[in-house]
Amino acid sequence: MSKHHHAHHFDSAEAEFEASKFGVWVFLCTEILMFGGLFVGYILYAGKYPEVFEAGSQFLDWKLGAINTAVLLLSSYTIAISIRNIQTGETKKAINNMIITLLCGFAFMGIKGYEYNHKFHLGLYPGKYFSYDAKAHHGDVKDTAPGDHNKPELMDNLPENIPMYFSFYFLMTGIHGTHVLIGMGLIFWCLMRTRRGDFSPDYYTGLEGAALFWHLVDLVWIYLFPLLYLV
Amino acid sequence: MSANEHHIMPMKTYNVVFITLLILTAFTVLIAQFDFGAMNTLIAMLVATVKATLVGMYFMHLKYEDKTYAVCLLSGVFFLIIMFAFIAVDVGSRVIETNTL
Repeated sequence: MSKHHHAHHFDSAEAEFEASKFGVWVFLCTEILMFGGLFVGYILYAGKYPEVFEAGSQFLDWKLGAINTAVLLLSSYTIAISIRNIQTGETKKAINNMIITLLCGFAFMGIKGYEYNHKFHLGLYPGKYFSYDAKAHHGDVKDTAPGDHNKPELMDNLPENIPMYFSFYFLMTGIHGTHVLIGMGLIFWCLMRTRRGDFSPDYYTGLEGAALFWHLVDLVWIYLFPLLYLV
Repeated sequence: MSANEHHIMPMKTYNVVFITLLILTAFTVLIAQFDFGAMNTLIAMLVATVKATLVGMYFMHLKYEDKTYAVCLLSGVFFLIIMFAFIAVDVGSRVIETNTL
């Protein structure tokens, strides 16, 4: 068991914890502004060309998006619980909850990979790389949005700037996916540190920071899911 | 000393928040089936904001901790709103010049 001693320039372990946490929050703010730029672009273009975004979302399977939402919510829940486990000294439970969080991360990326693969297969690339052939793939696109959003006539008559939708789709989900991978790395690091006995009810700053980052990734997806899948 | 200062939320709170988040997700999917025009996006964003608030307040512990963190987060959101508002005004007020000759 290694015992953590706060750095000499802090009055107490508590001051160190608060300062570290504030640093993480400032970083999360920059993250919100970065994703925010993408969201602003999305909302303005979706307002200007609603038909493009409606047609684009027809290519997405809302069921996969909904499953991924539930998976990320579960992972946020388990990582929050793992902090509670550390606070109450239940290290074994904390490790189990971190493992569940990691598995959720793998599930999310797996589903995302499956979706990407399907789009690449159809030639639904972003921007100028877009090479989807509506005639060749007629009926091959699994639909997708619930209820009256099922509009086959839209699929045959795609708006001219439909590639723009996929530029937004790949940019936003791609950057989000990168964050999921980084978050998984951080949680793996916390898992190793917990196993080593670094964390105790008195010290778990690293886990707190990693968990905050993981929650932010979840927050971004909470907005991405309705915007991209349920237009 | 620090252990006692950290608020430990009861398991029940985590469970209730998690279940609520799942219900809200189902609600978003359900509401997307009906066509309310522009209201659809608005409702979806409202529900998403309720979900985000729940995650922030309970999973990220904002509710029980020093307000510094919440202020930090909200200042980011504030500047985001400024960015959105100014770009929206710019885009919305542009006059598309078309050749009428």
